[in-house]
Amino acid sequence: MDDLYREVIIEHYKNPSYRGKLDPHDISFADNNPLCGDHIQIDLRVSPDGVVTDARFDGHGCAISQASADLLIESIIGKPLEEVKKLNKESVLELLGIELGPVRLKCALLSLKVLKAGVYGLQEASDSLVE
Amino acid sequence: MFTSNDPMTLNLIEIRKDFPILDRELRPGVRLTYLDTTATAQKPLAVINAMDDFYRRSNANIHRGVHTLAEEATTLYENARERIAKFINAESARQVIYTRNTTESINLVAYTWARANLKPGDLVILTEMEHHSNLVPWHMLQAERGIELDFIPVTQDGLLDLVTYGMLLERNPKLVSFTHMSNVLGTINPAAEMIRLAHEAGAIVLVDGAQSVPHLKVDMQALDADFYAFSAHKMCGPTGIGVLYGKTALLESMPPFLGGGDMIKEVKLRSFRANTLPHKFEAGTPAIAEAVGFGVAVDYLTNLGMDNIAAHEHEITEYALERLEEIPGVKLFGPSADKKGGVASFTLEGVHPHDVAQILDRDGIAVRAGHHCAQPLHEKFGIPATSRASFYLYNTKEEVDLLVNGIYTVKKMFG
Repeated sequence: MDDLYREVIIEHYKNPSYRGKLDPHDISFADNNPLCGDHIQIDLRVSPDGVVTDARFDGHGCAISQASADLLIESIIGKPLEEVKKLNKESVLELLGIELGPVRLKCALLSLKVLKAGVYGLQEASDSLVE
Repeated sequence: MFTSNDPMTLNLIEIRKDFPILDRELRPGVRLTYLDTTATAQKPLAVINAMDDFYRRSNANIHRGVHTLAEEATTLYENARERIAKFINAESARQVIYTRNTTESINLVAYTWARANLKPGDLVILTEMEHHSNLVPWHMLQAERGIELDFIPVTQDGLLDLVTYGMLLERNPKLVSFTHMSNVLGTINPAAEMIRLAHEAGAIVLVDGAQSVPHLKVDMQALDADFYAFSAHKMCGPTGIGVLYGKTALLESMPPFLGGGDMIKEVKLRSFRANTLPHKFEAGTPAIAEAVGFGVAVDYLTNLGMDNIAAHEHEITEYALERLEEIPGVKLFGPSADKKGGVASFTLEGVHPHDVAQILDRDGIAVRAGHHCAQPLHEKFGIPATSRASFYLYNTKEEVDLLVNGIYTVKKMFG
């Protein structure tokens, strides 16, 4: 249980490195977690050969949702979109280094859901993106 | 944990023995501190045993069987209805319709009375402090029927703006539907007065009593509401059963709700005749064991005395608001203790309510975090979510102290 709020998560929540917006951007997507109203927007810049050159997230929510967004953004800069598409639930849990129950899992996976919906160019984010 | 000189209205030492779950250690050395009764109340042994006993001894389907168990089950089911009717001082048990919960009770009115009586353009008055269960059925009817909705505003103090209510009533509403007690702010609305004014304006009144019936003495004949909805599980009873109370003439004039067994007097291949009250609205095999448990829950509350319960909760709530207010960064929502029930919704500066609730859980403290099914109300106050501690007949001041200490721990972690 204590792991849930280990220092790295509190640190990324309080002092995120990648909070903000990108203007201009190539991809932008936003969504809410209807259970708690957490909100995440992710902006990406992508090179002609499909590599993420820069990324930012913005929004509000609990420490888990905001820290996982910051860690996720950090992990995808410099990566090809094809690799981003392969990210899943396990990738995010690995970044956080914790285990989560079903309710908090939704908080942790919101940023990945938003990211993948943007990368795939979807109208609406679906939970199936992060399974 | 409890001292004998604790100046409580109720005997908390004895009462807590009635609730086995309150003794649970969630983890070694971490005992449950349950402050989430507004979501659902814990159940006393009497209720648990009555339901267990029903399944062990009396289980049978009701109303049509003639064998011993069927008679016994029917008697238990109907006796519970009698006691519930008495508990809310209804004139007759026939006015007590069993439903699944408050939500279904409200939907019953929306699907039967409202669809039979409301035309496009008819005005329904709600309030800004409603639970989603008293908003969405009317949104659905608005989309289907073109009825008009308007809302009694909530003031910054968390009270209904009754001046605006008066002006809304001048617009000839057909229905006024409001919560007796807010599940977020705790506000106890002046229901009797609001009902009187609505009747003067010619409107029918539906009251959401999910939070009031468990905590206050409610008297149907004194209140004079046309419909009143509540759930067993928030008043020490089981989940899966609730009540719609209605005035007899209204209930009789309404079309039935769900069709099926038990709600009919006679069925032909191409037609049916509806049963009399209350069975007309109870299609299919109902929650029988739950009704038995509900009856015992009502007995339990009656034995303690609703006035004593309300007084105890008031004392706890007053103490909780006082202690919470002292914590730097805590912001409380809702009116002062004299105008509300046992609910303390708050935000803690710089920490999301989910994180507050999760960290409190490490000390075994159960509070709720989120919008508590009242998103529009949270929008009104410009916040996405709150943490909510709620208090019932089994909660103590010591538990409030544990909550306060827990919040200081949260502050330290996010400091």
